[in-house]
Amino acid sequence: MTAIVHENVDEKRRRILLVATSVAGAAAGVGIAGPFVASWFPSARALAAGAPVQYDVSKIEPGQQVTVSWRGKPIWLLHRTKEMLDKLPGNAPVLVDPDCKEPQQPKYIKGIDRSLKPEMLVCIGICTHLGCSPTLKKEIGAESGMGADWPGGYFCPCHNSRFDLSGRVFKGSPAPKNLVIPPNRYATDAVVVIGEDPKGA
Amino acid sequence: MAATEKTPVTGAGPFNGILTWVDRRFPLMALWKEHLSEYYAPKNFNFWYYFGSLAMLVLVIQIVSGIFLTMNYKPDAREAFASVEYIMRDVPGGWLIRYIHSTGASFFFITVYLHMARGLIYGSYRKPRELLWIFGVMIYLALMAEAFFGYLLPWGQMSYWGAQVIINLFGTIPFIGEPLAVWIRGDYNISDATLNRFFALHVAALPLVILGLVAAHVMALHEVGSNNPDGIEIKKNIDPRTGTPVDGIPFHPYYTVKDLMGVAVFLLVFSSVIFFAPEMGGYFLEANNFIPADPLKTPPEIAPVWYFTPYYAMLRAVPPLFGSQFPGVAVMGAAVLIFFVLPWLDRGRVKSIRYRGPRWKISFALFVVAFLVLGYLGVNPTTVWGEFAKGLPVVGGDYVALWVARLLTIVYFYFFLAMPWYTAHDREKPEPQRVTW
Repeated sequence: MTAIVHENVDEKRRRILLVATSVAGAAAGVGIAGPFVASWFPSARALAAGAPVQYDVSKIEPGQQVTVSWRGKPIWLLHRTKEMLDKLPGNAPVLVDPDCKEPQQPKYIKGIDRSLKPEMLVCIGICTHLGCSPTLKKEIGAESGMGADWPGGYFCPCHNSRFDLSGRVFKGSPAPKNLVIPPNRYATDAVVVIGEDPKGA
Repeated sequence: MAATEKTPVTGAGPFNGILTWVDRRFPLMALWKEHLSEYYAPKNFNFWYYFGSLAMLVLVIQIVSGIFLTMNYKPDAREAFASVEYIMRDVPGGWLIRYIHSTGASFFFITVYLHMARGLIYGSYRKPRELLWIFGVMIYLALMAEAFFGYLLPWGQMSYWGAQVIINLFGTIPFIGEPLAVWIRGDYNISDATLNRFFALHVAALPLVILGLVAAHVMALHEVGSNNPDGIEIKKNIDPRTGTPVDGIPFHPYYTVKDLMGVAVFLLVFSSVIFFAPEMGGYFLEANNFIPADPLKTPPEIAPVWYFTPYYAMLRAVPPLFGSQFPGVAVMGAAVLIFFVLPWLDRGRVKSIRYRGPRWKISFALFVVAFLVLGYLGVNPTTVWGEFAKGLPVVGGDYVALWVARLLTIVYFYFFLAMPWYTAHDREKPEPQRVTW
C-alpha cells in the first residue's frame, strides 16, 4: 500500500472528477439498459402475427357462435336471432353501461347491438376483469343454469362476471366495463375482417 | 504481509497442513469462526427456530432439482407441456426430480411462512434487526416472483390462465398499464415469447437475486445476532471471563446438531409428500394443469396455488372503483409491501409474545385467523358459502364469502395500521434479565 500524502490532494478537483465520472457512468448504464428493455417489446414476428384475420360469417347458423383467434385472443362471432336482439333493450336497468358510453368499441360502432350488422356480434371474448374467457349462456331463464331471470348472455367462470348478448356487463359483476369490440369491417357482405377499420372510418 | 504470520490450523488431524495452506491464502478460519464456531446464538431457541435453516435447505433442493429439470425441459410453447410429460414418463427418475421440485415449491412457502410467523411472534423484526427483516421481505417478494415465473413453465391451463390474470394485474395500472402488460408478455397475449423470458428469469435471474439476498440476510443476522423467544438481547450480558454472551452458545456444534435433527424430520415429511401425495389433492399441483394451455378456452375455475391465495382473496374482495380494477390490485400489493414498514409500526416496549399485552395478542390472533381464512377463500370460488337472501338492505343479494373476505381484508390491515396505537398502549409484562425456557 502506498501512503497518500493528503496535503497535495485537491479535494475540490477530486469531487468534480468523482461526480463527472459517476454521471457519465450512470448515463452509460441507462443507455446500455435501453436495448435490453427494448428486447422485451413484441418482436417483428409477433407484430406480424397480430395482422387482421378474415372469416366468412354466412356459414354461421342463427344462434350459433364461432370463436376465431386474432392476436392470440378469442374473437366471438355470434349470429344473434331476432329473439336475442329483442331482449337487449330490456336489460338496460341492470347494466353498468347500457348505452356504451365507455370507449369499449370503435367509434364507428354505435347502438346497443354494438355491431356493424345487428345480427352478427363481433366481440373480443376476454373478460374485462382479469382476462379470462367467458362462456356463452344463450338459453333464457332457468334452462341456462343462471337463474330464472337470466336474459341470455355470457358468464365468466373465474369471478362470476356476467354480460348480456351484446357483451355489456351486468351490475354486481367484478368486471368494471363492457367487453371490447375489436376494429372490424366487412370485405364483402359475407366476409368480416377483424383487426381493420372500415374504409374511411 | 499478515497472511504468512497466521497461526497454523490445529485440531483437524491429517488436514492441518492443507487447511493451514488454504488459510494463509483465504480467510477460511476467520469465516468459520465468525459464522459457525464462534457465532454465539441464544441458548433458548425452540421449535420455531428450525425454519430458517430449513428454508435454506429447500433453496438448495430447488436449485439442484431445477438444474436437472432444465436438462430435459424445453422452453417452447409447442414443446413445453410435452417435455414435462416426457420428464414424468420417459426420463429415468424424471418423475422423482420433477415431484421434488414441485413439492419443494410448496414447502419453500411453508417454511418461509413459518419463519416469518416466528419473526412476528418473537418480535425479531424490531431494532436492531430492521434491515435483517427488510432483506427477509425482499427474499419473500423474490420468492413470489420466482414461483410465479416457474408456474408458467409446464404450460398447462392453470399455468397459462394464472399468468394471464397476474399479468393483467399490471394492465390495470392507470395510463401505462396496457403497454406495460404487452411489454411483460412480449406479445398481445401470453405466448412463446412470454414462456421463453419467464424461463430465463426463473432459472437464472431470480435464483441469483435470491442467493444474493439470502447471503445479505445471513450476514445481517450475524452482525446483529439472533433474537430469541424472550425477545431480550443476549449481548447485553457478557461473561467477563470469555467476552461472550452468558446466554449464548456457539452455533457449531450446538445448533448445527439441532438443525440436523430438524432436517431429518423435515425430509421425512417432505419425502412422504413426494412419494404419497405429490399433488396434495390439487393444492400443490392443480388438476387443470394436466391439460395443455389453450388460449381460447378458460378453465371453469381459476385459483392460484395455495401460497398466493390470501392475497388473491383480497384482490377479489375489492370492488372496481371508477371503472377500474386497479384498487383491488393496489390493496393486494399493499398487503405484501406493508411488511417492509413493520419494524416502524410496532411501538411495544417488549418484543416477544411472552411479555406482550392483551391488545397485541388479540390483534395478532385476528391477523392469523384473517390470513388463514383468506387463504381458504382464495382457493375456492366466491360462491363457496352461498348467497345472502336476495333483497337485503344495502348488501342486496351478494356472496357471503365475498363479504367475509372484505371484512378479513380490513382485519389484515388493522393488524398493521393500528399497530402504533395498540402496541403503545398495552399492558405488557416485564422482560426477564436472562433467557428462559
